[in-house]
Amino acid sequence: MPKLSYLKALNRALGDEMDRDESVFVLGEDMNFALTNVTAGFLKRFGPDRVVEVPLTEQGFTNFATGAAMAGRRPVIEFQIPFLLLLVFEQITNQANKFLMMSGGQRSVPVTYLMPAAGWRAGWGAQHSDQPYSMFAHMGVKTVLPATPTDAYGLLTTAIRDDDPVVFFGPLASLSVREIVEYTDLAPIPLGSGRVHRPGTDVTVVALGHLVHEALAVAEELADEASIEVWDPRSVYPFDWAGLAESVAKTGRLVVFDDSNRSCGMGAEILATAAEEMRLQAPPKRVTRPDGAIVGAVPELDAVLQPTRQQLAEAVRSVLKSTGW
Amino acid sequence: MADGVAVPAALDGLAVAGVAAVPASATVPAGVTTPDSLDLYRTMRFIRRFEERAIDLVRAGEIFSGIHPCIGQEAVAAGACAALDPDDIVLSSHRGHGHLLAKGSDPGRVMAEMAGRVTGIDKGRGGSFHPSDFTSGVYNATGTVGHGAGIAAGIAWAAAKAGEPKVVLSFFGDGAVTQGALLEGFNLAGLWQLPVVYICENNRYATTLPVETAVAGTITGRGEAFGIPSSVVDGQDVEVVHAAVAEAVARARSGGGPSLLEMRTYRYHGHHTFEMLVRLRYREQAEIDAWKERDPLDIQAARVDAAARERVDAEVERELDEVVRFAVDSPRPDPADAMDHYYADGFRPRPGVSL
Repeated sequence: MPKLSYLKALNRALGDEMDRDESVFVLGEDMNFALTNVTAGFLKRFGPDRVVEVPLTEQGFTNFATGAAMAGRRPVIEFQIPFLLLLVFEQITNQANKFLMMSGGQRSVPVTYLMPAAGWRAGWGAQHSDQPYSMFAHMGVKTVLPATPTDAYGLLTTAIRDDDPVVFFGPLASLSVREIVEYTDLAPIPLGSGRVHRPGTDVTVVALGHLVHEALAVAEELADEASIEVWDPRSVYPFDWAGLAESVAKTGRLVVFDDSNRSCGMGAEILATAAEEMRLQAPPKRVTRPDGAIVGAVPELDAVLQPTRQQLAEAVRSVLKSTGW
Repeated sequence: MADGVAVPAALDGLAVAGVAAVPASATVPAGVTTPDSLDLYRTMRFIRRFEERAIDLVRAGEIFSGIHPCIGQEAVAAGACAALDPDDIVLSSHRGHGHLLAKGSDPGRVMAEMAGRVTGIDKGRGGSFHPSDFTSGVYNATGTVGHGAGIAAGIAWAAAKAGEPKVVLSFFGDGAVTQGALLEGFNLAGLWQLPVVYICENNRYATTLPVETAVAGTITGRGEAFGIPSSVVDGQDVEVVHAAVAEAVARARSGGGPSLLEMRTYRYHGHHTFEMLVRLRYREQAEIDAWKERDPLDIQAARVDAAARERVDAEVERELDEVVRFAVDSPRPDPADAMDHYYADGFRPRPGVSL
């Protein structure tokens, strides 16, 4: 069976959707040379009318995509660097995402914002290392964060077919992950459906994005100490609260492993909702980035600012040792 | 001053400091029918009286919060939209009632929208600020000024790729020309020669900020920088507006790319009706009076038969009585439906409270 990488899964999902639906097109910077490889081979395959190279005009081309979507197309914008999403935060959250409501349901804006290398880039500086997925969830924009190639395929397919704006985060640290798959098994995955990567009974670890793979390694390391359930929401908005509740009902303990900033981040939201609505036997914990930024210039400083396996292991042990409130 | 219809000296004197007003040709392009003068008058009269009735509803509390009146600017909406086919598309601004009415939206439903009624063009969700009406081809009105420029480019591009001979008219005010997003939209439209007509309604103030204290260079210079043919137009004369827009529309429809028209006009009322309460003082009455000397309705009224005009005025009043009655009598929305239309698949956000 073939080995599918995350990056190849994105390429395959986008290409399949462009084959299936003439209204889908992709636009972005450096499209003609497929700089990120997501659109490798597309210019020849689909031509310049459906693989549209744009100038450095993020606000302009994000609004352009909104207009094309209003006129019946399904644009996919590829962004190369996560901070570009901050530059077009207004265009996504205020223009595209509110439009269906403001128009009283007259027309939706089916744009996919594809961010295939989110997160820390060794040596690329503070301005190339963000994980802004929590911000989109905060604003009620559909936001997906797949951890594996099959999930990336399934969720990108769903994002493109979705009639609402969807932001797709492909964590940089996941792009090289490979899975052995049968191509015919690749299929759309609904938004808001979590996934148990490893079942367990003592503690639920909610891991987001590339941290799923780190959490699985920690669960294996601690296998003699505890039975850890590794649970991945796959989309942060909508979020599979019922799926999380099911896991927590079984384990009664919760740790969130989240590469976004601590304040008002997904980790905070998951803990707050669990505290309000689920039966926890001990106070939950979260392992996140600090607020602000990753230095991004020197590994010694960068590494300590990101969630680590060791931090997760300590948090899990601490939650397991806790005797409750 | 070039040939053609001159921009009047009084208007020129109130233009952006140091910028010569270059009038657009008032000659309607071959193959384009000049609209009936009385029809243009009627549209403007309707817009003005519609807004005056809307302001009455603001005072009466039927229109919550208030509106951005375009009273004084009617010639731009009426003249520009008269140059469009029904399938053409308009992107409006938050001073957009005139655009909607001139493009053919149902006036009762527009008034109901402003009054937050379920019969409104957007079921009350857009309000006066963000009207859309896909039945008349008005797609959007962005609250963040200038952002329609890029949206217009996207709509025009999609239509052109589909082989539809549509033109997109994108309205914005002078306040928008200092926004980067607008210039990025111009760049794309100019680069790809898209069928967009950008219309700046230069009414001289961005809320309270006078245009000459906000705009470096010229407004038309922003279009010229992107290779977009740009000209200044007397926005008080509906027939001059129509001719200039018809020429730009014809160029766009024949593949000649975008245009920028700076309409020199003026709003008599405040930026928003909240000024009735706060009594802002940022312009002299003499300036308002000077502009009223060239009132767009008066200019057009002089071109039509007096008896016909009186008949139209009476018809407009009767129709507006119905419009107001329809809006006020329409039901208010059910609070239980507050989160309808948030997502196309019917997904509803969690409520803001857990019990």
